[in-house]
Amino acid sequence: MENYTKIKWSDYNKEIPDDHYFYLRSCIRQTFFPGSENVFIDILRNILKKDIYDEAKQTTCTGIGYHSDIVTLDTIQTVIARQFALMTEKGYENVVISCVTSFGIYNETMHIWQHHPEQEEKIREYLRKATGREFKKPVSMSHSSDVIYKFRDEIAKRMKYPLVDKKTGEPLKIVDHIGCHYAKIFPETGIGGAEFPKVLTGIIKSWGGQIVDYPERRHCCGFGFRQYIIKGSRGYSLTNSKKKFDSMEPYEPDAIVCNCPGCAMFMDKWQYVIYETQGKKYSKTGNGIPVLTYEELAALVLGYDPWKIGLQMHQVDVTPLLDKMGIEYDKEYYIEQRKKLAIV
Amino acid sequence: MEDYFKILSEDVRIKDNLTACINCGVCTAICPAAEYYEYEPRTIVVTVQSGDNQKIKELLESDTIWYCGQCMSCKTRCPRQNCPGMIISALRYLSQKTGLFVKSKKGRQQIYIKNSVGKNILEIGYCMHPSRINPDEHPEQGPVWEWIYQNREEFYASLGANYEKDGAGTLRKIPNGVLDEIKSIFEVTGGIELLENIEKYSRIKAQELGYKNGEFDKYINDVIEE
Repeated sequence: MENYTKIKWSDYNKEIPDDHYFYLRSCIRQTFFPGSENVFIDILRNILKKDIYDEAKQTTCTGIGYHSDIVTLDTIQTVIARQFALMTEKGYENVVISCVTSFGIYNETMHIWQHHPEQEEKIREYLRKATGREFKKPVSMSHSSDVIYKFRDEIAKRMKYPLVDKKTGEPLKIVDHIGCHYAKIFPETGIGGAEFPKVLTGIIKSWGGQIVDYPERRHCCGFGFRQYIIKGSRGYSLTNSKKKFDSMEPYEPDAIVCNCPGCAMFMDKWQYVIYETQGKKYSKTGNGIPVLTYEELAALVLGYDPWKIGLQMHQVDVTPLLDKMGIEYDKEYYIEQRKKLAIV
Repeated sequence: MEDYFKILSEDVRIKDNLTACINCGVCTAICPAAEYYEYEPRTIVVTVQSGDNQKIKELLESDTIWYCGQCMSCKTRCPRQNCPGMIISALRYLSQKTGLFVKSKKGRQQIYIKNSVGKNILEIGYCMHPSRINPDEHPEQGPVWEWIYQNREEFYASLGANYEKDGAGTLRKIPNGVLDEIKSIFEVTGGIELLENIEKYSRIKAQELGYKNGEFDKYINDVIEE
């Protein structure tokens, strides 16, 4: 089995460029984790001294619309082609994609163009007609978690607060949750593929944490696109997240880390709903298991102020994790905020 | 009857994701929707593969095709490398193109998605945006979201966002010229036609169900409660 795993792993070890990135933002991450996109750019530019371009004229990729079926396949491919045109105009060739839904649809588009060149020609013509723009295809497409993975050891060298319980010296137990569209559709586009994803476990190990392996580790968070958008079917989303929480609970994780902004939001908010409706907490301290984005995790180990990266936006109390890591932060601010909002 | 099978066979998602399904059921075993609903991706694939236009039509008119959550977990495990989730996307597109979507309760809900996500994309250039996530519609977002929503300009600015302002940055305002390009893409690629189709067939259905002129919003509110 071990040999088999190693062979499979070698098939899914993709090349991530070293520098000069064209950043493509995420609707969900900007809305629910705005500090994550800011701190990602800050870490790359000011700590790792890399070049990353933040284009003002980029738009949504329309991915949520596509997967909830009100955007056509031709339309989304042409919107993506327009983002490639912006990249081409600025002289870049490596895209870094913040959203996992976007990452999936960018990969699907490239896959379609590779296997159906007539589709690529059709989309080029659509883009020309609609905007007058031309484009080159990117040389590489990385998810932004791939980039943090690439520089995980450089970040580890600058670490102020490792993923270790300061009191006991034990590694913190971290759940990694990989967004479905990161590698389930095209396993070769994700580090470690869909069955043995390494993108977050590599980061967690490098920063001193311990991985939690649990039965429903690869199960979807339950977003479900239309299932969540339509109020009456949100039970679909909640049920799938609950299945994961119930499965991970016996392992007593200190935190959940996600590479998809949708997953991070749902796993945070559904714990709140379960607590409010059933009084069920999935942790011994605080009001649940803190859920972080990988950018937030990187920022914490590097010593950024938790409230400047937006951790107060999380519904589940993050302070038990901060306290375990021995992070110094303004406790009064947080206590006041939670009191004001009447959150236990 | 329309040759639905022929139309589907021309969709690139069917060409790439349906190669002689062996009916093993692995997709159904892994499917989150199959756990939650009375739903089997396996039977959908087998129905499409059969080429039986009557059965495909029944599928296009049914709730069944709207149960999928589009996670695509089915793709990973299929021994034939098929992707039932993408076959679903092709079926949903055809159902909306032909107007058959209004025959099912779940299909009728597409008008709400058109009026929410569709509008967001064309009006502000985002699929979702803090200003469009009203806590009254999203109680699951909790009190923290309510606080952020009420203080959004100040709050996002405090985290370094360029909230609804010109230039680059988090949650920047998408300029009108860019929105014009997106709208033009929608027009050229059939995106507007799809949205208009959803509106047109939904209005016909509302009339059929006895809603009077001026009651279309009530129809939309009612269909999302179904």
